[in-house]
Amino acid sequence: MAFNYDSYLRMEKMPTLWCWGCGDGVILKAFIRAVDKLGISKDEMCIVSGIGCSGRFSSYVDFNTIHSTHGRTVAYATGVKLANPDKHVVCVAGDGDAWAIGGNHTIHGCRRNIDMTLIVIQNFIYGLTNSQTSPTTPQGMWTVTQKIGNIDPTFDGCEIAISCGASFVARENVTAPKKLEKVFVEAFKHKGFAYVEAMSNCHINLGRKNKMVSAMNNLDWIDSITTPKKKYEALSEEEQLNLLPTGILKQDTDVDEYCDLYKMIQDAHQGKRGKITQDDFKKKI
Amino acid sequence: MSELREIVSTGNELSALAGVDAGCTFFAGYPLTPSSEVMHSISDYLPKVGGTCIQMEDEIGAICAVIGAGMAGVRTMTGTSGPGMSLKAENLGLAQMAEVPLVCVNVMRGGPSTGLPTRVSQGDIAQAKTPSHGDYKSITLCAGNLAECYTETVRAFNLADRFMQPVFVLLDETIGHMHGKAMVPTVEDVKKGIVPRKIFDGAPEDYRPYGVEQDEPAVLNPMFEGYRYHFTGLHHDGKGFPTEEIETCRKLIERLFKKVEDYQDEIESNEEYLLEDADILIIGYGSSSLAVKEAVDVLRADGVKVGMFRPITLWPSPEKRMYDLGQKFKNILTVELNQGQYLEEVQRATGRLDINKLTKTNGRPFSPQDIIDKVKEVF
Repeated sequence: MAFNYDSYLRMEKMPTLWCWGCGDGVILKAFIRAVDKLGISKDEMCIVSGIGCSGRFSSYVDFNTIHSTHGRTVAYATGVKLANPDKHVVCVAGDGDAWAIGGNHTIHGCRRNIDMTLIVIQNFIYGLTNSQTSPTTPQGMWTVTQKIGNIDPTFDGCEIAISCGASFVARENVTAPKKLEKVFVEAFKHKGFAYVEAMSNCHINLGRKNKMVSAMNNLDWIDSITTPKKKYEALSEEEQLNLLPTGILKQDTDVDEYCDLYKMIQDAHQGKRGKITQDDFKKKI
Repeated sequence: MSELREIVSTGNELSALAGVDAGCTFFAGYPLTPSSEVMHSISDYLPKVGGTCIQMEDEIGAICAVIGAGMAGVRTMTGTSGPGMSLKAENLGLAQMAEVPLVCVNVMRGGPSTGLPTRVSQGDIAQAKTPSHGDYKSITLCAGNLAECYTETVRAFNLADRFMQPVFVLLDETIGHMHGKAMVPTVEDVKKGIVPRKIFDGAPEDYRPYGVEQDEPAVLNPMFEGYRYHFTGLHHDGKGFPTEEIETCRKLIERLFKKVEDYQDEIESNEEYLLEDADILIIGYGSSSLAVKEAVDVLRADGVKVGMFRPITLWPSPEKRMYDLGQKFKNILTVELNQGQYLEEVQRATGRLDINKLTKTNGRPFSPQDIIDKVKEVF
């Protein structure tokens, strides 16, 4: 029997504002299937989105939802989570949201390893605002602000998330919705900061000007620049250069989670334990 | 009059203590002179009562976390100074639009820009009226002595939940760092006075958080209790969802004004000192009013009949009372540690341009002598 998404959606908001053929809907559906698979109640989860096409995600799903300001999803979510450490908190941001204007919050969310999932819908461009350069736009591509070709070097969000301390990092494509669902399931189960980069197409505001006129062209290109982690690791450094690995890139359960750490502070102040020392942490330095 | 207790402390610490006594359980901040002691103290107070204090990565992160916790349903607070207010501005606009209650303490220092970080100013009065872009009606309280650092912070929490919006508490460097004895209400009295935000307890399908009367604030239930709804900074309908429908957009912004304007008597608070037989009116607020009061006493001993009007709620301003005072007094002097930011409001409310002003923007507080000299010079 086909999966019924209706009970998780705000049906009166359908159809979405996303363009025909946009991958964001695939991410939305994979997200819902993952929530359903884990049996998480809609009352136990808060979704925080930022600004951009991805920002509309929160208004479509029937959870406790926040459509916050540009780049600040993780900061809003930090407040929600610390006030409710036993609830699920999921951020949905775009690449500009997470890595340009909101880079600082993303970095420090990873560093704190606070228990939440950050889904970055990575479409390599500012789609909603008509094709401005994003920190993930490949060099040489046309953008409305760099019409003869983008010269700005690109970020690899997963690499930054790993080095900043996120304990779960994964990347998947909208061309592999089942894998995306699996990654979401693992991310929601993970205790700590889970960074999931969901690679999506924007054939309207990236593709059309970069010889990928249809959604399919754009998706084929995404497939051509990605490869599963195992295959990727078997390649030479030269072969790896223009590829991005997909799958779960980091999954470390042996790291302290921030809400748990804060509990130590509360306990110490309430006389239930002594002062905090280096021995209290899994990672000492 | 209920019983008071004596606390020896600083303005910043009293403000933090008041927050916890008023039921605040979440604080997010960023170090910023001269407000940092608010965060220093509350980082000790909150975990004791099971609350949380987090030092965020920047001022923007701090206000966002505070708004997030406020959306989740708890009483929440941040402390900062001018540069931080500037950084927080955009998200304070979201809190106004989405009607999220929170308390933001601004301990004013010299500006603009980095200005005079460790010195006093009252330069953020105009900013406090509308820190972010867009149209709304802010509520701003200004503590004029140590005890008010406590009582005005408590009042701010109750006003935030009553009107469902951020409430600013202005201290300044002088009062924030002033150390001394304050007589403040007991914790029991503060707890008794807490009026929590309104909650909708009907069927979830009937819940319309923003679908309220034109003079009422939103009714925002805590998260995770079965009332799933949507927060946004976009113009929104009764259920909180984005809309561009003409009438809904018009009514939303009108309501953000009306919910405050129609109930100004619940917000307004002034001190009037020896006004009845006075010939000269001095208007001052915050720490400056301490010097004004002393000057009034000295001048009166000299036979000059002076009185003081001190707005404690700066925004919305006590415009009707100031209009009446403008009718009664020919001689008016405003005293403030800026170039006349509140003077403009006094001019507007009284409809007069012949108001005298005493200003100072060199990072030093007024001495009573400054005011005595000015009164003797102009009147």
